[in-house]
Amino acid sequence: MPSYAGPSASRSGDIADTLRLLAYLAMAVVLIVLDHRGGWLSLVRQQAQVLTQPVRAVAGLPGRVVETVSNDAGTLSQLTAENRRLRNELLVTHARMARLATVNADNARLRGLLGASEQGSLDVQLAPVLDIDLDPTRQRLVLRAGSNNGVHTGQTVIDAGGVVGQIIEVGPLQSTVLLLTDPDHAMPVAIARNGVRLVAYGTGRADQLALASVPLSSDVKVGDILVTSGLGGRFAAGFPVGTITALRPDESRAFLVGDVKPAAQLDRGRDVLLLRTLPARPVIGPAAPGTVASAPVAGSATPPTVATQPGGAPKSSGTGPASASAAKVPHPAVPAATTPTKAADAAAKREPAPAPPTPEEHR
Amino acid sequence: MRARSPWILPLSLLAALLLALLPVPPQLQGLRPYWLALVLAYWVMEEPDRVGLGFAFLIGLAADLVVGSVLGEQALRLVVITFILQRFRARLRFFPMSQQALAIGALLLNDRIVTMAVRVTLGEPVQASLAWVSPLLGMLLWIPVFMLLDGLRMGGWRRR
Repeated sequence: MPSYAGPSASRSGDIADTLRLLAYLAMAVVLIVLDHRGGWLSLVRQQAQVLTQPVRAVAGLPGRVVETVSNDAGTLSQLTAENRRLRNELLVTHARMARLATVNADNARLRGLLGASEQGSLDVQLAPVLDIDLDPTRQRLVLRAGSNNGVHTGQTVIDAGGVVGQIIEVGPLQSTVLLLTDPDHAMPVAIARNGVRLVAYGTGRADQLALASVPLSSDVKVGDILVTSGLGGRFAAGFPVGTITALRPDESRAFLVGDVKPAAQLDRGRDVLLLRTLPARPVIGPAAPGTVASAPVAGSATPPTVATQPGGAPKSSGTGPASASAAKVPHPAVPAATTPTKAADAAAKREPAPAPPTPEEHR
Repeated sequence: MRARSPWILPLSLLAALLLALLPVPPQLQGLRPYWLALVLAYWVMEEPDRVGLGFAFLIGLAADLVVGSVLGEQALRLVVITFILQRFRARLRFFPMSQQALAIGALLLNDRIVTMAVRVTLGEPVQASLAWVSPLLGMLLWIPVFMLLDGLRMGGWRRR
């Protein structure tokens, strides 16, 4: 081959080169489409872990070394400060735990009274995150734990804040987590306050999730906390997902779209928890219709439970007008005997989601 | 004149793959130069009979699997880069280093455009705007990368 540039380059060689280019481009495009559309190449990815795992393990070494060195080289004052901070956190956490333990006991007792099924305790496994960067536009994490450690596909990954994602690929020593912020990811959620069910979509940005097609009439507010609803059976119910930071109407003006800030810390270089089993919890359902239904009924029909209320209630009704305490459900029950609509109004104010309930609806 | 150290080629590509995975602060992730393209460009220019389109395709597939991008994306990018380099190889080799670096910068910029076209077609999120600076970084890195690889290759040959 001549090493100088000249017009003497053969035409046929050019054409052959171009044809080869086109052939390779076509192969690449076919692969891209197969991988992107059907996800048919997951088997290939699974097989290729023989190749990818060692490379990723080596690439993760610097991060581990840095971590080890920074752990070993910590000065006394640093370690003392960290120790103090951790001690304080432990104290606070213990106090919270103690309170939660009593709540838990209460809960168990009430469940027993209701005859509801006992909820299983949290069975988790700690897994370190391998400190490597994958393609930044795809929200994935690699864990330094694989099928040898009992990891299996579909496990929910959580951290101290909330849900991180789910396991999508498992190798012997490593596994891949699809973060809930990945554009391919959607998860069923419910608003913790009232149980309105929504779907949170990933956006491809680590600090944002999206809500789409939220009905205008549903009771969704900025600042609402989203938890997993457990629908679909993939995620356990009741884990925090994020907080709604913005709501705005979409293009059609018929629905709202929203931004959600994830509750979990979705970056690498930490440890995460894997749920071993799905706790058998009831699905967080729409509590809204139930509570709305009960409020007017309690006001108008005066079931026996309300009869116990007047004993304590006159104190408050003596100090102020009844409407002042309309926010709380039990109080309006007393004057409600005369003005049932006020209770319904209060309930409607609390739960603007459904149409203002009328006694006929709830018969 | 063939290089006497055949292990430099796979080793340099492996190093480029590792550099692609090396953790950097998330704000700087877009700035990461396309190491694999730089190293591959060197080999396409210096050893065209060992490193061609098929080789680039396979390396791209391996990179896709390791980095976790859509399978075939990097293969496509590297095939495009290799093809352009092969076309202009004869001229590029006689450019002074600074002009070569400029050409590599243009090549990497073209690669960004190709990447964005692929991403937009697939409906995937495009990379951060900072990623448009990475060809510049690649351009600046071309001379050191070239010197290093050349030194390793030729050094091995001279020692013989």
